[in-house]
Amino acid sequence: MRVILLLFFLFFNLGLVHSQNCDLIFSGYVNDIRNSSPLKNATIQIQGIIDIMETNSEGYFEFQSLCPKNYSIIISHPNGKTKLISVELDQNIQKTIELEFQMNELDEVIVEGESNLKSKTIFENKISDEIIEDNSSSTLGDILKNISGVSSINTGNSIIKPIINGLYGSRVDVLNNEVNLQDQQWGIEHAPNLDINSAANISVIKGAGALKYSGSAIGGIVIAEPPKVFLKDSLYGKTVITGGTNGRGGSVSTRLTRSFENGWFTSLQGTYKRFGDFETPDYVLSNSGLIDQSVSFQLGLNRLNYGFEFFVSSVNNDIGIIRASHLHAASDQLRAIKSDEPWHIEPFTYKINPPFQEVTHNIAKIKLFKSFQDIGKFTFQYHFQDNKRLEFDVRRGKYKEIPATNLRLKTHTIKLDFDSEFLNFFDFNYGLEGEFQNNFPSPDTGIKRIIPDYNKYDFGTYFISNFELKKNWVMEMGIRYDFSQMNVSKWYRESFWLSRDYDKLYSDIFVRKAGNQILTAPKLRFNNLSGTIGLSKNINQFSKLFFNYSIASRAPNPSELFSEGLHHSAARVELGDLSFKREIGHKFGFTYLKDKNNLSLTVNPYINFVDDFMLIIPTEIRQTNRGNFQVWEYMQTNARIWGLDFDMSYKLNEKFSLKNQISFLNGKDLSNSTPLINMPPTNIKNEVSYNSNNINKLFFSIQSDYTFKQNKYPLHILEVFVAETGEMEKLDLSTPPPGYQLLNFRSSILLKIADDYNLKIGLNINNILNKKYKNYLSRMRYYAHDLGRNVILNMSFDY
Amino acid sequence: MSVRIPFFKFLVVLSVFSCSDIDEAENVNEEEVITSMNITCIPADGSPGVELSTIDLDGDGPNLPDVTVVGKFKIGVEYTGVIEFLNESVTPTEDLTTEIETEANEHQVFFTINGSYTLGYIATNKDSKGHDLGTKFKLTDIAGSAGKYKLTVTLIHQPKKPNNGLTDTGGSTDIEATFDIELVD
Repeated sequence: MRVILLLFFLFFNLGLVHSQNCDLIFSGYVNDIRNSSPLKNATIQIQGIIDIMETNSEGYFEFQSLCPKNYSIIISHPNGKTKLISVELDQNIQKTIELEFQMNELDEVIVEGESNLKSKTIFENKISDEIIEDNSSSTLGDILKNISGVSSINTGNSIIKPIINGLYGSRVDVLNNEVNLQDQQWGIEHAPNLDINSAANISVIKGAGALKYSGSAIGGIVIAEPPKVFLKDSLYGKTVITGGTNGRGGSVSTRLTRSFENGWFTSLQGTYKRFGDFETPDYVLSNSGLIDQSVSFQLGLNRLNYGFEFFVSSVNNDIGIIRASHLHAASDQLRAIKSDEPWHIEPFTYKINPPFQEVTHNIAKIKLFKSFQDIGKFTFQYHFQDNKRLEFDVRRGKYKEIPATNLRLKTHTIKLDFDSEFLNFFDFNYGLEGEFQNNFPSPDTGIKRIIPDYNKYDFGTYFISNFELKKNWVMEMGIRYDFSQMNVSKWYRESFWLSRDYDKLYSDIFVRKAGNQILTAPKLRFNNLSGTIGLSKNINQFSKLFFNYSIASRAPNPSELFSEGLHHSAARVELGDLSFKREIGHKFGFTYLKDKNNLSLTVNPYINFVDDFMLIIPTEIRQTNRGNFQVWEYMQTNARIWGLDFDMSYKLNEKFSLKNQISFLNGKDLSNSTPLINMPPTNIKNEVSYNSNNINKLFFSIQSDYTFKQNKYPLHILEVFVAETGEMEKLDLSTPPPGYQLLNFRSSILLKIADDYNLKIGLNINNILNKKYKNYLSRMRYYAHDLGRNVILNMSFDY
Repeated sequence: MSVRIPFFKFLVVLSVFSCSDIDEAENVNEEEVITSMNITCIPADGSPGVELSTIDLDGDGPNLPDVTVVGKFKIGVEYTGVIEFLNESVTPTEDLTTEIETEANEHQVFFTINGSYTLGYIATNKDSKGHDLGTKFKLTDIAGSAGKYKLTVTLIHQPKKPNNGLTDTGGSTDIEATFDIELVD
């Protein structure tokens, strides 16, 4: 691996020494063919050049520093057709291009660069539909790991939450077709309910700069978007079938789209996925199977000046949790850690027994937009989300069939957005957002609830603008204000209430006492201000710089405030704190982008200071009648995370290329001068790939994925009484497992069956060497190893 | 600017919303919890018996369980015993012993000796497969020098059966208590 790395740097240097003398200008106007009026926001992309230009309100665009050569140029507009022209550039050229809104032979051309960038000064990482196809049966958390700086925290092999630059949970927002998923994201064992097959591309914004979507996403935002529908009379579809050896299952996903030239479109998409028990190299992970089902439907009208979209989606997941991880006492945990294999191993089965979770997430969305010439575009959106979460535990007697956790979260959201068009020198985006949320934890569980009943009201407003500071310099500024109020009804255990002195501190929220419990009605209000300021500079047509500073505030979530009791699925007592303040993150991000000749490079260093950072750490062992429990308490501290994300690919020749990706970060708890808990260790990925570049697009790649041991971690050791030895023993939940290297193989071939029918067959092997390893960021590591080899065959059929 | 009007409308709508309170949450009694374990040991020689008990009414709350021992074990004497499991956090008190005995296949009681003495624990009730349950038991071969020792009693849910004791049983702890016992001649 070191040799490959060395080679990389060698090529890297070679790439830099090469330079050219290019000073031609290509400029022009884009007009609407029907009335020759200028088209704003049309995107112009020159093949082989990194920059994408957008026309201003006069329809004008300009590319500088071009070399004398033949260029292919793609012109597109969000509401229009895509046009492909070819320009022989030997002198400065100005051209007027007319875009049509009628059926066009060339509308199959898909423009990679989007006109609606989420932020102009934060580099946006993307997962293409090709990668989604290749990983059709995997999860959002898994697929996002293809992006440098993105890792995951797992509480099961299918319960995977994305981590962006070290941050996760409530600090990362996930948007599915412009709906900000509200799904109890604060819980580590609650993975985002999103079928990746419903998206055509998934972008990650590392940081809080995209204020249009959220003011509290200190970690970042994941945006999944459905495919664009073209304005032509057509019926088309795609089916992806996947089968994997590990888990002995697979998935089927289909999308059918009907579009009309007059702008109407409708689309139906569904996925069914089923796996049995997954396996490590040596043993079966008993009870790790899953059944995922999802369906979504879209209907809309897309005209130049107005349109609407109606969208409904339903995702239903049944996920088994390995039996060996379901424990109670700290002594059970200690036994599990000491043992090399989990205590519960059964033969492979598809059956899912308790413990398991059943999650349903339904979304209904309606969006309307209207553009007024020389004023701008108004967009109104309402969406409703219903998230139901049932967690079934190993229980006794009449409770066997009753879930231990039964949560229902309903959210109504209204958004109004205005995108200006009346000022020439700068664009702005102004919006309002209102949200009502109700959380109902059913008392039928017969178990004390961790998340209380509450109504939450949110109101947000933002103003974002960007303008050309001077030639090649774009400046972006944004500000957002969020108000949030939570009206809560919560029963506290009297012993906890007294132990925290809440009887004195919060006597105003006391309602009444019943038995050994105290009813309270806290009303919490938070005012949060967030902002972003950034610059981007086009150095030349091959390279670009981004700089961004964002400040974001996040109000504590219900689990950070109200947890007080045994979290069954975590086998630990979790304690929140009513006195928590909001946390405030300051992130400075810098990105250098270069795409020249055979080299493409992205370097992204960043530093993130989070004041009053909320985190949960093990603090003590509590003696109860059910044994000795680990107690984990939420704390507030000041944190600092800095790191570097690095991506490079180098084309050796027409067919072979090399790729290198490095994610490195360092997280520190500044208040206690210790490393931060659960920070992703350094990861280096190297890949060699072969691309035949002919009609069959034969593709092979071999990837080395090396994860280092996390050497920076806080050491929390709890002393536990162990009955069988009669002694106190040390429970070490902190020390990370050793580093590991995985080898992965990918291949695919495209077969043209008929004119419009393509079949793509892919064969992937994950963990080729069947390496036995444990992942620091997987809670399963206390009980079992990670997954062994998996051979995955997928077929994707376009029709 | 025209956009200001919806802004204020919104604030008005919001302030109306904000006044509404949430309905009172229903109280949950943890009915499944075993708050108490009472162990009664009757000696074969007719001398006074031994009562071991633990009670923890706040469940997994911060209060410690109240563990008591009444009586002393006589070295060399055989005892017969029964264990009672209760949930005393609800009114009326719920006896969970029958439930556990009905689900004998999924439960097992373990006696663990902490210290240099011997005490033979023999489960006298079994599950349907003939494996130990142990809510009824015999204590035999009590030996060692007179003095104070520790004894841990554990009820495991879904243990691996048969097993060699707590070290390889797996499962999860339903209740566990360590008692300060005394052996006398």
